[in-house]
Amino acid sequence: MLSFLARRGVQLALVVLGIAVINFFLLHLAPGDAAQVLAGEAGSATPEYLAALRKQFGLDQSLPVQFGVYLGNLLTFNLGYSFRQGMPVAELIMQRLPATLLLMGTAIGFALVVGSALGVAAARNAGRVADTAISAVALLFYATPVFWTGIMLIVVFSVWLDWLPVGGMVSIEKGYTGVAYLQDVLLHLILPAATLGLFFLAVYARLMRAAMIDVQGQDFVRTAVAKGVRPGRIARRHVLRNALLPVVTMLGVQVGSVLGGAILVETVFSWPGLGRLAFEALFQRDLNLLLGILLCSSVVVVIANILIDLLYTVLDPRIELI
Amino acid sequence: MTPIVTKPRVWIAALATVVLAVAPSLAAETPRSGGTLTAIVQPEPVTLTPAANTAQPTQVIAANIFDGLVYYDLDLKPQPSLATSWTVAPDGLTISFKLRSGVRWHDGRSFSSADVKWSLENVWKTIHPRNKAIFENVSSVDTPDDHTVILHLAKPSLPILSVINGVGAPILPKHLYEGTDILNNPYNNKPVGTGAFVFKEWKKGEYIVLERNPTYWEPNRPYLDKVVFKIIPDAAARAAAIEKGEVQYAAFNPVPFRDVERLSKLPGLKVDTRGYDWLSPLLYLDLNVENSYLKDLRVRQAIAHALDKDAIAKVVWYGFGKPAISPVPSTLTTFHDARVPTYPFDPKKAEALLDEAGFKRGADGVRFTLNHDFLPYGDDYKRTGEYLKQALKRVGIDINIRSQDSAAFIKRVYADRDFDISSSWNGAFPDPQIGVVRAYWSGWLGTKTPWTNGSGYRNAEVDGLIQAAAIEGDPAKRVDDFKRFQQIVLRDLPTLPLLELRFFTIHASGLKDVVLQADQSYGSLKNAWFETPPAQN
Repeated sequence: MLSFLARRGVQLALVVLGIAVINFFLLHLAPGDAAQVLAGEAGSATPEYLAALRKQFGLDQSLPVQFGVYLGNLLTFNLGYSFRQGMPVAELIMQRLPATLLLMGTAIGFALVVGSALGVAAARNAGRVADTAISAVALLFYATPVFWTGIMLIVVFSVWLDWLPVGGMVSIEKGYTGVAYLQDVLLHLILPAATLGLFFLAVYARLMRAAMIDVQGQDFVRTAVAKGVRPGRIARRHVLRNALLPVVTMLGVQVGSVLGGAILVETVFSWPGLGRLAFEALFQRDLNLLLGILLCSSVVVVIANILIDLLYTVLDPRIELI
Repeated sequence: MTPIVTKPRVWIAALATVVLAVAPSLAAETPRSGGTLTAIVQPEPVTLTPAANTAQPTQVIAANIFDGLVYYDLDLKPQPSLATSWTVAPDGLTISFKLRSGVRWHDGRSFSSADVKWSLENVWKTIHPRNKAIFENVSSVDTPDDHTVILHLAKPSLPILSVINGVGAPILPKHLYEGTDILNNPYNNKPVGTGAFVFKEWKKGEYIVLERNPTYWEPNRPYLDKVVFKIIPDAAARAAAIEKGEVQYAAFNPVPFRDVERLSKLPGLKVDTRGYDWLSPLLYLDLNVENSYLKDLRVRQAIAHALDKDAIAKVVWYGFGKPAISPVPSTLTTFHDARVPTYPFDPKKAEALLDEAGFKRGADGVRFTLNHDFLPYGDDYKRTGEYLKQALKRVGIDINIRSQDSAAFIKRVYADRDFDISSSWNGAFPDPQIGVVRAYWSGWLGTKTPWTNGSGYRNAEVDGLIQAAAIEGDPAKRVDDFKRFQQIVLRDLPTLPLLELRFFTIHASGLKDVVLQADQSYGSLKNAWFETPPAQN
């Protein structure tokens, strides 16, 4: 176990460093720089103003020098400074990370639990109406663009029914504190988490259904049935536990798409998360910030995958850690 | 621009205007204090200090925190703000300002002429992206006492009087900025001004909160207790928030045009296109005169004749624009020349011009192909490009529309010059010197500076007129210079003015006195008040 973690720790460091280096050069291929974007937004600029900005951003240095500075910062765990936002990158990320983790955690949790339950229900009713209905609904949510689902939910639940807020994370003008504040955040969380969750839900439902049906047909299940074990127990102990393995694998993959899914949902719901920040940083050529976010998310993905590996061994003791 | 010291007749007229403007509001309703206004700012500002950044989101918020020397009334005339009066010497070489006394910065320090002098020397003349050229001729600044500022100019510079509002010439607190790196000063993100609202909190990605300045110099202002600017990146979500009443004020086209008609019919909402005249936005096409086809004047004229500006205004821009004939918009009444060469919609004439230029239609009906790069600021510019493609196809010019983000667009058009026709908008401001001439002056070529001479136009006479007008002390002569300028650039057509854009603001109908200035979209909300403040705990 310890040697596993040590080995994975070294791998993590190397992978993350490699990602950082690749990101650095990939991002510098994009045409235009932050000074031009700023001047463009301002609608006016003088060459002196542009030069002052480039000097401020360190863009007047050659690429190798910039890379050296970046690498030096990285090795001392310094993510650099976002001139665009006027804040250290690490501070910006720490401000936004909780909102993204809350949203993604809720959405994936919701998708995992409800999706798996639907998948189990569909598998146990395979070929019947319930199965068809669940599959159809799951497919519908999977095929609908996330931003459209989001806007429709806003129109129905915020504008028409007036049950939930349109967006944001908290009703700032009301000045809530304590429990009322938490309730307020939860109210704001419902629609974005549901939007994102409904998309992922389909994946888990389909995967769970297929895995259940696959495992149901295997010899050890037939043996259990022959022994006279109660159907509910067979479903829980024999089938579900084995069927969970592909679902857990999927979970690991999906953590990787955290940022991708978050960008759309965070934009539609004005959710102050990391996805939106990354998106804006890209368009504004705020490379320090973008590199920091990509680095941070690659760390999250690598750690999530280590945890998934550990989870395998819990679900199936035959799997060994290598 | 009328000079400030002038004949009594003008004074009487001005007085009458003030009385007329004030009378109905007095008769109508007395403003009530109180309430939190929730507004939208989009996109999120980079910084909250207007000194180093003239982007729209920064200015919308900063105008509430910083006062200018003046503000501009609905007729674009300067009115007292931090300066109570000003005089221009007859030779145009001295401008004196009397400053209001008893004004304090939000941190309690007294505002004085030293702040103005320091800001002029260290901000307006150096890092402000637009002002450098306008304040270039200021050779020295005298501050004989705390409430007097005297600018000495090497040459007259009349446009100065058109840019001294809070956004055009922001005054920073000298005691917090002197000796620091201005661009990196921490107060840029927690600004200290003299304005009606005090900066309270900026939660990145979520909101910016301003609170009432209890010691504001203007009695009873502001009426609102608090202004919360929410950052809502998605247009559909902005429309929903406005429709639901979660937001009561949003400027600078906050929702797509197709939603405006529906929203404007809702009883609780008002759409207002006033408050943008100080900016006077103009949509135009830059025609790259270095292109082998476009360098022929007849081709440029043909393109002008092939475009139906009425259709662009009505169909593409949903009526939020008016066909433009000159780069100097008609809102600049003094300078606008209505008798410039015009190019009415006439596809037949366009074809004839193209034939005459020797570019016959090929077997496929196409004469030649041009690349069009549209400004990546939303669907409206993309649709303009699509219209361009359709319209020019009719006269045999194929258009290849290219899409990219703003960084790539700016690099392509202004640095690499790898384009044929690009779309853009710029603010003309009350004086063409500020916003218009940059698109024509050849001195910008080769500097790779965004939003300057994109067409690659060089004309010695135009350059001469631009330089002469900049230092001309006689207002009438400046008008003549600019009329001549318009005649030439519309004959040469390096750029094609398309529309005088009409930006719009949406606000709750219960929010009163929101638009009182020509620079209101970049102005303070200190006069706004709620009939009934929105419910809050």
